[in-house]
Formats: sequence, structure tokens, C-alpha cells
Amino acid sequence: MGNTITEKILMAHTDLKEIGAGQLINAKVDIALGNDITAPIAIKEFQKAGGGGKKVFDKNKIVLVLDHFTPNKDISSAQQCKAVREFALEKEITHFFEGGQVGIEHALLPEKGIVLPGDLVIGADSHTCTYGALGAFATGVGSTDLAAVMLTGELWFKVPPSLKFIIFGSLQKWVSGKDLILNIIGRIGVDGALYQAMEFTGETIGKLPMADRLSMANMAIEAGAKNGIFAPDAITKAYVEPRAKRLYKFYASDNDADYSDIIEIDASKIEPQVAFPHLPSNVKSVSKAGNIKIDQSLIGSCTNGRIEDLRVAAVILKKRKAASTVRLIVVPATPDIYKQAMKEGLIEIFLNAGAVISPPSCGACLGGHLGVLAEGERAVATTNRNFVGRMGHPQSEVYLASPAVAAASAVLGRIASPTELS
Amino acid sequence: MILKGRIWKFGDNIDTDAIIPARYLTTSDPQELAKHCMEDADPAFITKMKPGDIIVGGENFGCGSSREHAPIAIKTAGVSCVVAKSFARIFYRNAFNMGLPIFESRELFDTIKEGEEITIDSAKGTITIVKGNKVFRSNSLPPFMEQLIADGGLMKHIGKKSKEPRV
Repeated sequence: MGNTITEKILMAHTDLKEIGAGQLINAKVDIALGNDITAPIAIKEFQKAGGGGKKVFDKNKIVLVLDHFTPNKDISSAQQCKAVREFALEKEITHFFEGGQVGIEHALLPEKGIVLPGDLVIGADSHTCTYGALGAFATGVGSTDLAAVMLTGELWFKVPPSLKFIIFGSLQKWVSGKDLILNIIGRIGVDGALYQAMEFTGETIGKLPMADRLSMANMAIEAGAKNGIFAPDAITKAYVEPRAKRLYKFYASDNDADYSDIIEIDASKIEPQVAFPHLPSNVKSVSKAGNIKIDQSLIGSCTNGRIEDLRVAAVILKKRKAASTVRLIVVPATPDIYKQAMKEGLIEIFLNAGAVISPPSCGACLGGHLGVLAEGERAVATTNRNFVGRMGHPQSEVYLASPAVAAASAVLGRIASPTELS
Repeated sequence: MILKGRIWKFGDNIDTDAIIPARYLTTSDPQELAKHCMEDADPAFITKMKPGDIIVGGENFGCGSSREHAPIAIKTAGVSCVVAKSFARIFYRNAFNMGLPIFESRELFDTIKEGEEITIDSAKGTITIVKGNKVFRSNSLPPFMEQLIADGGLMKHIGKKSKEPRV
């Protein structure tokens, strides 16, 4: 019996010669991530376990990004950031990002070449699974697990069974990786891949650009998965080669690897998708959305704040304006994306469309700041969660969609397909 | 460990934003977090519940964010444990790491009503509805996990173990 890519990467980080689903393993971690919400608890736990005077296991392998409630939204957020900054300076953490260096962590780490194919990555943030797009094993953990890794460089894992998706057919116009993953979550439910690896394969995936793969892997957690993963290929190589500052390795599943299930999907039949409140699995095609008026459109986040996402939004927003009843917020996910968007004239298009340009921040996505919803308000958002109260008041609503749908909806003032504008 | 308490029943997919909304994550102070425990699922929960009470949930309890603030809020509010049909994987791990015991039972959820009292024997892996003495199977906790919970979570447990004399 062969192994899946997930099993192979995990095994490569142990001394084991064989590995299988369900096995408990202790593995070496390549990169461990924390942010301004989760790192403060990890630092406390690090001290509790006697780590106070000690060095971290490897100052080059810990990444601390102050991206959630930044620019500091209030005094207590500022205190949390201060605690992380002091720890980062004391422990001489190489990859510490704040101020004008900050990007949304899951856009920033791949962009900077900090996470690479074949890596084992843990992050005290559930969307750490994003890096599976590069052919890495990446999973979200709690702050205590992060603390344990900061001390020892190792963590225990249960090897997940893998759920294979074979996706074929050409994508319709305006259909993106975001629509594919929403469609998949709609099919299998928010616990449809609970504790499993979601492995994305097939001819559609082979042609899918890296930005779309990152959006898909990002939302594996919304189906309950431990990780999402793509076999690295020429598209991966073109993305990582100019960024990598250390060696990386491509893994692929064996032909006789074992899967818990195999799901085939004809992507040519998929329209742009919208996840209705209050679960990411509550998915409909945009043409069946009905007349849903919106108060806000948010284009950004670790799911869809990359330059490719902004380009799609700009195609739709060029020479158009957001409806007077809609607050359009665009969040370039990293400083480099922001600069590139300026260079390409995208920021000007957004400003002319009446958008607010937010600094790179997770704030609006989780109802922290920079775009919080009032009671009864509705937003269409390119983010990844639409739980009750996710973006603000418990009686507000979030509709998840692609940048194309979010841009078209901003113009028309209701949930809309880009085809309605052409 | 024997746990006994009155239960509060919640549905499927109780997510971490419902357990502790992100708007309160500007602090990691357990007492502050506890004030908002379960707020977006039931705003009155924290005023109704009493220390020792038990939360019963449906499928995929704790889905969503990796925030450890969720089990911290539940534990500090005084909830003695959570019983659900199934747990989201990050929450499952975080709960034990924080010293909050959790138990899986598919059958209990379908039978039990809000406000009823249950007894959990963690070593035997049984849950009993006190009224009518109905017994359900659950996972048992191995001795090391009982000790970890008694010590107050993973890192306190590790810290304590590292101080023990080596034999």
C-alpha cells in the first residue's frame, strides 16, 4: 500500500519508515506561526512550562505576525501587541512583522517564501491550512501547541485519513478557486472532512493558478479538515523558486495510496457561488440568490486579498461606482500587494468606485475593526466565515463569495453575478 | 473523575465565534473572557448557568477558529465539561490542553432535555441521566489525561512533571 502526500510529508519529519492514517506520531516542525490574538496566550504558556529564561528552539523557524487587531484598535489590543513585540525582541525572532511590514499572515508567509513545499507548518490560527496550496502539510493548532513547539520544535499529530477530490472540466467565466471550494463545502458540509486531509487533484486543479489554490486550501478548515493539500507542479515551482531562500521538496501521492473517499466533481457545471448565513456550507449559485440587498462589500482577507483577486475586482469596478447604499472596502493583503495594485492603477480604480482602502489587516473579517457591521446589516465578503456575529452585531449577516461577485454586488447594491453588468 | 451537573443544550456546529465572539479577543484574561461565554449562542447563558453545570452540544462543537479563548471562557465560567455528538478537531485538542474535560456521546444528545441533571464517570466512560437512571456510553479518559486535567492543562502538567525527581 502506498502513501498519500500528507502521509509522506508527515513521515519525512519523523524517524519512522512506515506511516498510516490514525497513527500517533511525534514530528519535527519547520515553521510555527502566531499572531497578536493567539501568541499572547502561547507566550504565557511558554513561561508556565518553565520557558521563561530559555531560548526558543530556533529563532528562524518561529513567525510572529501582528495582523488581527492592527493597526492597534484600542488600548487592550495595543497591550497584546506590545507583549508579543517584547517576546519577539527578547528571543530575537527573525520573522517578526508589525507596522508597515505587516501583511495578513496567510498571504504574507507564502509571498515571502517563509513556507515552502514539503514543509511541516503549524500555526495558532485555523487558516494555517492555506499553505497546503504549496504542497506543504500545514494545520491550525491552539496557542498551547504553539508554546510547546516554541520550546521543543516538535509536536504530536494523529495522521489524518485523506479525502480525495478529482476535479475536471473547464471553469466558466468568473468562476474561481473560491467558487470551487464553496461548492465543495456545500456538498460535504462543515464537518464533511472532519479530522481528514482534503487532497485536491484533477485536470482543473492542474491548470489552477496559485492564488486560486491558496483560496481553496485556506477554506479546508471550513469543512472541518485538518489540512488541505495540492501536489506541487510547474505552477508551484514558478511561484516558489524566486521566493525560496532554503531547500524545499516536492512530494506526490502514490497511485495505490489509500483514501477514505474519492469525490469527482465536474467543474464546468459550477456557477459563481454564494454561502448564505450562517454557515460556509449554506451555498447557492449566485443566479439563485434572489434579491438580497447589501450594506457592505468587503474584498480582501487571507482567502481573497491577493493581487489576482484585486485584478478581478478592478475589471468589474473600472468606470463603475459602488451603489450609494453600499460601503465598499478593499483590503490588499500585504504591503507588496498594495504596492503592486498601485503600480497597476487598481487602487485608483477602487477609489474612483467609491471604495475605502484598508491597510492589510484581518480586522474586518472577524468583526474586530475597520468594517464592523451594525444590527440588521448585511455584507457580501470574500472572506471565509459567515457565522453568527462574525463581522459584527449578532443580528448582522455575512454572505461569502468571490471577488468578482463581491465587486458586482457592490455596484448593484444586492448580491449579484458579474454577468448582470456586461 | 466523577462530574455531576445540570445541562444546557445547544445545537449543531456551535462555532468559536458563538462561544467567544472575536470582539472580546482584545484580551486573554480568563475572567474577562468568561463574562462573554456562549454570548452569541445564548446571550443570557452566563447569567443563568451555575458553576458545575455542563454544556451539551450536537455535531461539530467548537468549529471555526483555533482560538484557545473558547475553552478558556467555558472553563473559567465554571462549566465542568462539555458533552457533544462530535467536536471540531482544533477545539478538541485545545479543550484538553486547557484542562477542560470533553466527552463524546451521540445518543445522549437525542434523549436529554435542557435542565436535566447528568453524572459522568470519566474512568468508566459512562454518562447517566439522573432522572430515570438512563446510562449512555462515552469515551473514557486514560489516567494520564485525568492527571493533565487535574494539573490544570498541558503546560502546567509538563511544568510539574519536569520538576519531579527522575528515577
